Amino acid sequence: MNPVPDIFRILPEVILTLTGVAVMLIDASLPSAVPRRNLGWVAAIGTTFALWASLWQLSLPQGTGFFGTVETSAFTIFFHVLICGIVLVALLLSLDALPENSHHQGEYYALVVFGAVGMCLLTGAVELLVVFIALEISSIASYVLAGYRKQTARGPEAAIKYFLLGSFATAFLLYGVALIFGATGTTQIYEIARAVPTALNQPLLLAGMALMLVGILFKVSAAPFHVWTPDVYEGAPSPVVALMSTAPKAAAFAVMLRVVYEIFPTLRATWAPLLWVVAVLSMTVGNLAALRQQNVKRMLAYSSIAHAGYLLAAFAGLGSSGIAAASFYTAAYAAMNVGIFAVITVVGGYNEELPMIDDYRGLLYRSPVLGSVLIFFLVSLVGIPFTGGFFGKFYSFSAAVGGSAIWLAIIGLLNSGLAAAYYLRLALVSAQRPDGDAAQSTTPEPRVGIAVSAALLLAVAATLALGIVPNAVLRAAEAGAHTLQPPPQNEPRNVIDHLPNP
Amino acid sequence: MNAINDSILTLILLVPLAGAVLVALVPDRAKLPNWIALFTSLVTFGLTLHLPFHYDLARGGFQFVVYKPWIESPAIAYHVGIDGLSLWLVVLAGLLAPIGVVASWNAIQSRRKVFFVLFLIQQTAMFGVFISLDLMLYYGFWELSLVPMAILIAMYGRKDGPKAALKFFLFTFIPSAPLLVAILWLYAKTGSFDFTTLQTLIAYGQFPAGPLCWAALAFLFAFAVKVPVFPLHGWLSDTYSEAPVALAMVVAGKLGLYSMLRFHIGLFPVQARAAAPYLIALAVIGILYGACLALVQRDFWKLIAFAAVSHLSLIVLGIYGFTFIGTSGAIYQILSHGVVDGALFFLLGVLYERYATSQINAYGGLAARLPSTATLFVLTTLAMIGLPILSGFVGEFLILSSTFGGVSRGWAVAASLGVILGAAYMLWLVQRVFYGPQSELVASRPPNDLHLGELALLWPIVVLTLVMGVAPSIWLPTIEQGVHRPPLITHSGPGFITLTSTPMGGQR
Repeated sequence: MNPVPDIFRILPEVILTLTGVAVMLIDASLPSAVPRRNLGWVAAIGTTFALWASLWQLSLPQGTGFFGTVETSAFTIFFHVLICGIVLVALLLSLDALPENSHHQGEYYALVVFGAVGMCLLTGAVELLVVFIALEISSIASYVLAGYRKQTARGPEAAIKYFLLGSFATAFLLYGVALIFGATGTTQIYEIARAVPTALNQPLLLAGMALMLVGILFKVSAAPFHVWTPDVYEGAPSPVVALMSTAPKAAAFAVMLRVVYEIFPTLRATWAPLLWVVAVLSMTVGNLAALRQQNVKRMLAYSSIAHAGYLLAAFAGLGSSGIAAASFYTAAYAAMNVGIFAVITVVGGYNEELPMIDDYRGLLYRSPVLGSVLIFFLVSLVGIPFTGGFFGKFYSFSAAVGGSAIWLAIIGLLNSGLAAAYYLRLALVSAQRPDGDAAQSTTPEPRVGIAVSAALLLAVAATLALGIVPNAVLRAAEAGAHTLQPPPQNEPRNVIDHLPNP
Repeated sequence: MNAINDSILTLILLVPLAGAVLVALVPDRAKLPNWIALFTSLVTFGLTLHLPFHYDLARGGFQFVVYKPWIESPAIAYHVGIDGLSLWLVVLAGLLAPIGVVASWNAIQSRRKVFFVLFLIQQTAMFGVFISLDLMLYYGFWELSLVPMAILIAMYGRKDGPKAALKFFLFTFIPSAPLLVAILWLYAKTGSFDFTTLQTLIAYGQFPAGPLCWAALAFLFAFAVKVPVFPLHGWLSDTYSEAPVALAMVVAGKLGLYSMLRFHIGLFPVQARAAAPYLIALAVIGILYGACLALVQRDFWKLIAFAAVSHLSLIVLGIYGFTFIGTSGAIYQILSHGVVDGALFFLLGVLYERYATSQINAYGGLAARLPSTATLFVLTTLAMIGLPILSGFVGEFLILSSTFGGVSRGWAVAASLGVILGAAYMLWLVQRVFYGPQSELVASRPPNDLHLGELALLWPIVVLTLVMGVAPSIWLPTIEQGVHRPPLITHSGPGFITLTSTPMGGQR
């Protein structure tokens, strides 16, 4: 019946799983004296294969496998490629950032790869129980990674906070799934979508949707479910933050797009105002709190909350335009955020020797390349044209304007003006001339290894490409959007044709 | 020839960028970055000079147009072109670039590479603003122009760079949020970012009047901050006193004023006309307020900053008087102000470089020690205060006479008062710095007059101000041609304007 073997539908996940298992087995069979660093290369190569496999999936016809539980479509491939790309950059970053003598390096790389399995599966799942399982796979890996620096006080604190709050959120999600099952009698997304308009118990459906949204909004750290973010980002190692501030969010946004646009398009009148409020709250809370931070990682944690808000603004967009804008924003945000955390990893040091904004004073003088790259990513986060950040915001807010949420766009853009204040503070501090020689002698020039250089190069190239030639990614995002929602029938009115003759 | 005409604007845009890349690649040795930057800016200036010689005055309209679709959805195109409005502004930006490089020759001692890379990127962004005919492209360059400026202020700030840089950035970035929303709204209604398309659609009343009014206001607000119009000038004095000389001279005023002409009056003539009485009042307040504050400054950067508020407000007065003569005069005054301000900044930069202070009372009797500097400074000052036969006179006269005849005698008299005050603070500055008894500081330093390179740069500029003063007919036909295009003036309905500056519709 289905000409495509089921295994092809989850090929990237399979490759990633095999990579993770291989990393663990090699780690266990090596004598303890052998350095484990090369395991990172194994993981990176496996992830590259998974990336390639995701692209290869483009040649498959769109469809589901394994009894309608997983799907391959332009939408899933978009997010697969994105997640594998992020994981690849994070692995490259870890290769140089992890100290030679750090413990359990094999597990570290294996967990990163297993986390990627969960995130990829999350974007491809069309069955709510698989969604839940995938979310657990990715979350548990992140919980452990967040506490990887267990010798510090903040590491375990971060892990436990993340774990406790995260478990609550997953419980919410699961409860939501249960209620939806109660209302429709199925957990398959397409069948639910068919049953939703005619379901007898609408309040139950609404409650289920609300609980699911709570769980997902927690994962993307949208206000008011954001309180864990700064503490966890501060305590987790920077390469891990680079990963978990982007890839799990991308996956969670993919699920959210499915939930609101594929399952509940008919309840738009209910979820659109909710998300409007959450978006405004996230941007404002994130930006206002970030203004007050002195610690760079906490500042960026609040900034990521604000970015979740900008992204949610895209949900005000009607149909495929909103989906495409949200997908594009995810990609742009991932490129620049991974990039900036890569810089933070190198400059701030693995053990956070230099965590404060003031520690970046004169970075442009100490290390011109790192300084310029840092400023570049900050400029992109501000949303200056010709960077990915600009087009991300641009599409998101034009989707909002197109969905006649003009106030949301205005609030969002004013917020991005506010955000410029703290991004620029860091950028300008790093451009400031250091006072005398005192600063220079105490802070050594940061070491930039070949893997980190590759990671930075990838992130810069992606951010620039998204800002100058966004066509390809946008087309991919639109193709993905159309698999969730058919293109709108009423294209924007082409008034040019109706002009009176001058 | 056609190949050149088709690609000239793209070249003007790309040459500074290529220079920036080149500067970034070469080692920071033996003033190599300086030479590359100078070479690049001279080449760019040469390219901009191509434009006035090949602009077809008889044909008018946008010329040297390039239209290439860039992004499909939303439909953003690489659409550039110039008309009489922007032609000379492009040339002016080209002229100021080499002056800026020479002004930074000795002033910038450390991190020359970063400086010149950012300076050249700034150059590209400015050209981009002047030539873009696609609203999104324009917005892109508009925003891009903020970044190099902010970073350079932070890097080379004299006292508290980062604070001034942040102030500059936020003051100009936040107002562009409503601007972007307005642009997006126009796009959502029409599916086009194209300037001429939108202009036509708005002229034919394709938009609901209420929201259109808000959109016009959003445009105006962003531009008014950038100019700056009183009371939005809070960023200017800090920026002028902290920014490197080269950037202060290239950034001042032009972008905001041009944008007002092209995108506020050009797109929303009806709404602009409705806003004009308020802007005229604010402009006159700005003229007097800037002049009064300039009179009491003790720091010459701050003095120049408030003088700029005063002068730029005069130009705003010319623009929003909605008379043909006044608008032409305003554009002429933008050019003159650009040149004269450039020279003045250069000379003050020379003083600051040699005496390391901007406190006016530390100077005195400099004319005996630095005669060439004094001569050039006095000539520049005279051009600035609008002495007849020098460049400042033409624009001021056109603006004030058109305001007197076509707008309101009261405002014209008040504005003239500001011009008189302008003469007072500038001449007093000259007197305090160059004449009187020699101060300790001046006596203690060896007399280090302008060297040959600086003289070779400044004399042509002074000659240029003279030429601009006696032969405005070289420039004015093109400018008038640009002003005359619809719907800036002719598409005005009741108050059709003719060359004789008859009073406009809607007397105030």
